[in-house]
Amino acid sequence: MTPIPRRSRRPLSPEAAAVVAASSGGLSRRALLGTGAAASAGLALSACAPPKPPTGGPAAVKLPTDVSDSEKILKWANWTAYLDMNGKETKSPTLDAFMQQTGIQVTYSEDVDDNDSYYAKVGPQLRAGQSIDRDIFTLTDWMAARVIRDQLCQPLELIQMPNVVSNLLQPLKDVSFDPGRQHSITWQSGFAGIGYNKAKVGRELKSLDDLWTDDLKGRIVVLSEFRDTAGLVMQSQGVDIDSDWGRAEFESALDFIEQKIEEGYIRKVKGNSYMEDLTSGNAVAGITWSGDIFVLAYDTEDPNWTFTIPESGGTLWSDNMMVPITSTHRSNAQKLMDYYYDPAVAAQVAAWVNYVCPVDGAQAEMEKIDPDLAESPFIFPSADYIAENNIQAFRVLDADEDIEFADLWSTKVMGN
Amino acid sequence: MSALAHVAGDPDVTPAAPAPEATKRSWTAYLLLLPGALWLGVFFVLPLVQLAAVSLQSRYPGFPGYYYRDVNFENYAAALTDYAPHFARSFLYAGMATFLAFVVAYPLAYAMAFKAGKWRNLMMICVVAPFFTSFILRTFAWSQILADEGWVAGTLNFLHLLPGGNIINTPLAVIAGLTYNFLPFMVLPIYASLERADPRVIEAGGDLYANGFTTFRTVTLPMSMPGVLAGTLLTFIPAAGDFVNMELLGPQRGKMVGNVINDQFLAVPGGYPVAAALSFTLMAAILVMVFLYVRRFGTEELV
Repeated sequence: MTPIPRRSRRPLSPEAAAVVAASSGGLSRRALLGTGAAASAGLALSACAPPKPPTGGPAAVKLPTDVSDSEKILKWANWTAYLDMNGKETKSPTLDAFMQQTGIQVTYSEDVDDNDSYYAKVGPQLRAGQSIDRDIFTLTDWMAARVIRDQLCQPLELIQMPNVVSNLLQPLKDVSFDPGRQHSITWQSGFAGIGYNKAKVGRELKSLDDLWTDDLKGRIVVLSEFRDTAGLVMQSQGVDIDSDWGRAEFESALDFIEQKIEEGYIRKVKGNSYMEDLTSGNAVAGITWSGDIFVLAYDTEDPNWTFTIPESGGTLWSDNMMVPITSTHRSNAQKLMDYYYDPAVAAQVAAWVNYVCPVDGAQAEMEKIDPDLAESPFIFPSADYIAENNIQAFRVLDADEDIEFADLWSTKVMGN
Repeated sequence: MSALAHVAGDPDVTPAAPAPEATKRSWTAYLLLLPGALWLGVFFVLPLVQLAAVSLQSRYPGFPGYYYRDVNFENYAAALTDYAPHFARSFLYAGMATFLAFVVAYPLAYAMAFKAGKWRNLMMICVVAPFFTSFILRTFAWSQILADEGWVAGTLNFLHLLPGGNIINTPLAVIAGLTYNFLPFMVLPIYASLERADPRVIEAGGDLYANGFTTFRTVTLPMSMPGVLAGTLLTFIPAAGDFVNMELLGPQRGKMVGNVINDQFLAVPGGYPVAAALSFTLMAAILVMVFLYVRRFGTEELV
C-alpha cells in the first residue's frame, strides 16, 4: 500500500494561497518600498494634530445658521423609558400633541444608554464640526458640565421660553455647571436606589447590605454610572458624597464593588439596558434609577417591582436637554423645551415616567390626573423627604479627577 | 460553489504571450487593480496610519478627551502590562471556539460534499441563512434564549444539570456564542476543498486495502487541509478581536481584549491612545500567530 505522495495534493484555495503568500516572506524589496512610500504618504496626510481644546470665552463659539423656519423637523436623543408612551405602542401622546400644535415633525430616539458611551460617540464628531443628526440630546449633570466646558452645545435663548423661565423649580434655576441656565434645561431629575421584585426576592430590602446575601448571589445588576453605584456604596460606608471627599473614599467603594463582583454577588454592571436583565429574570434586584422601576412594573404588569432609597441614602441627579453645537434647528428645540415646561404637559409625562418633575405647578395638575401620584415622593419630593432620606448629589469633580476616577472605574469595575 | 472550481484553472493551458502585446497588457492589469488599490489605501492604510498616530498621542493636561501629538510609547507599555490577561483570555477563548467550530464543521462539510445528494442545496442554505440577520441581533437572541428564566436554563435547572444555576454570563456561553457566530466561516472553506476533491482518489484508498479510517487520515483529510487552514484563520482572527459575545453573553469579570478596547474608547475620557495601542498590539499578535501557524501547516502548498 503506497500512500499518495503529498505533492499530489490539490493546490490551496485562492483565498488561503493569498494568506500564505502574504505571510511567508513573499514580499519583494520593491513591493516593500512601495508599501513604505504609500504608508509615509498616508502618515503625512492623516497624522495631522488632534483637535485643540477650546480656548474659552463665548466669542469663540460660531453657531450654524438656524433653519428652523424652513425645516419643521427636530431630532431628539433621550434615554430608555423617559417619555410618556401610549400603552404598548411606541407613540407618545404629549409628543403627538406637540407635533400637531406646532407642525414640527419630531423624531424621538432612545439613543442614550450611558453618558460616557454616548458622548464618546458624538463628542469627536462635534469637535470636528460635523452634524450628529440630533437637535437635542439629554445628558446627566456632570456630562452636561463637560459638554458646556468643551463648548459643544449652543447657548439657549431663555426669552423664547417663557414657560421655562416661570416654571423651572427654583433650586434648578442656578446650577454650578451652568449658571443662569444659558446652555441646558433640566428634563427630569431622579434618584438612584435599590430596585427589586418583592415577590421574587421574597422579603423587603432596606439597606445596601441586604443585597449581599446568598439567595441573591448572581442575581444583582448595578449601574455603570459610577456616580450612582459608587455613590450609593460610599454613602453606605458613611461618606457624605456631596461634601469634600477624596480618592481614598472613592477607591474604598470601588474595592468593595470589585469584591462583590469577584464573589459573584453582582452579575453585571450596565447602562440603561439593565432593565433587560430585570425583565428576563437574570436579575431580581439591583442599584437602579427610580422611575425605571415604576415603568417596569407597568410594562410587565407586575406590581411587585419596588423602588426604595437605602437606609444609608440615595443619589439625586438631573438630566439636561442641550442643543448640539452643529444642530441647525435650535428654535424648534427651544419650542419643544418650552412645551414640556407647561405644567399640564409635565404632569402627563411625570405620571408615566415617575421621575422627579422639575416643573413648578405640575403637582397641582397631577391632582387632576392621579391624586396618589401627586403625593408620590419620587415625583414631587419635599425638602424634608430629601433631607430625611439622606438623598445627596455626587459632588462635582474637577477635570483631573474626572479622568482619574473614570480610569479607576473602568479598570477596577467595568473591564477587568 | 462551482465557481470556486473554475478559479483553480487548468494548468495545461500555457498562456500565449507575443512580445509586442506584453506591455499593453500589463497596463490594463494595473488599471484594473486601481479601484482595489484605492479602496485598500483609503479604507485600510490611511486608518491604520491614523490609528498608529493616535496610539502614540498623549492626554492634554486639564482637558479630558483632548490629546496632543507625541511619541508616547508608554501607551504600549500600559496596554501590555495592564491587559496581558485579557490578551491571553482572548486567544484562549478564540482558540477553543475555533477548535469547537472545526469539530462541528468538518462532519457537516463532509456530509454536504459526499453524502447529501439532493439535500446539499438545502444544507447549504441552512449554513448560510443566519447571515441574513445581523450578527448583533443573533447574539442578542441567544442572550434571551439562554436567560435564567428561559426554557433552556429552566429545563436544565429542573433536571439539576446546571451546577452554577445559569448558562448566560459564563465563559462557556461566550465560547459557545463565538463558535456559533463563526461556524459558517469554518464550514464553507472546508466544504469548498472537499467538494473539489476527486472521489476517485478516495476510492483508490479503498482499492489499496486501506480501511475507512486510514483512507480518511491519509487521503481525505490531507486533501481538505487547505480548507481547514482557511477556515481556522477565518474563525480565529475575528473571534480573537470580538467583544460582542462577551458583552452580551459573558460574565462581568474576565473580559476579553476587545471589551477593554471598547471600554477605553467609549468610557474613559482620554482613553483613545491606550485603545489604539491595544488594537495595534492585538493586530501584531494575531499576525505573528497566523504567520507561525501558516509556516507550520501551509508552506508545502507554495512550491
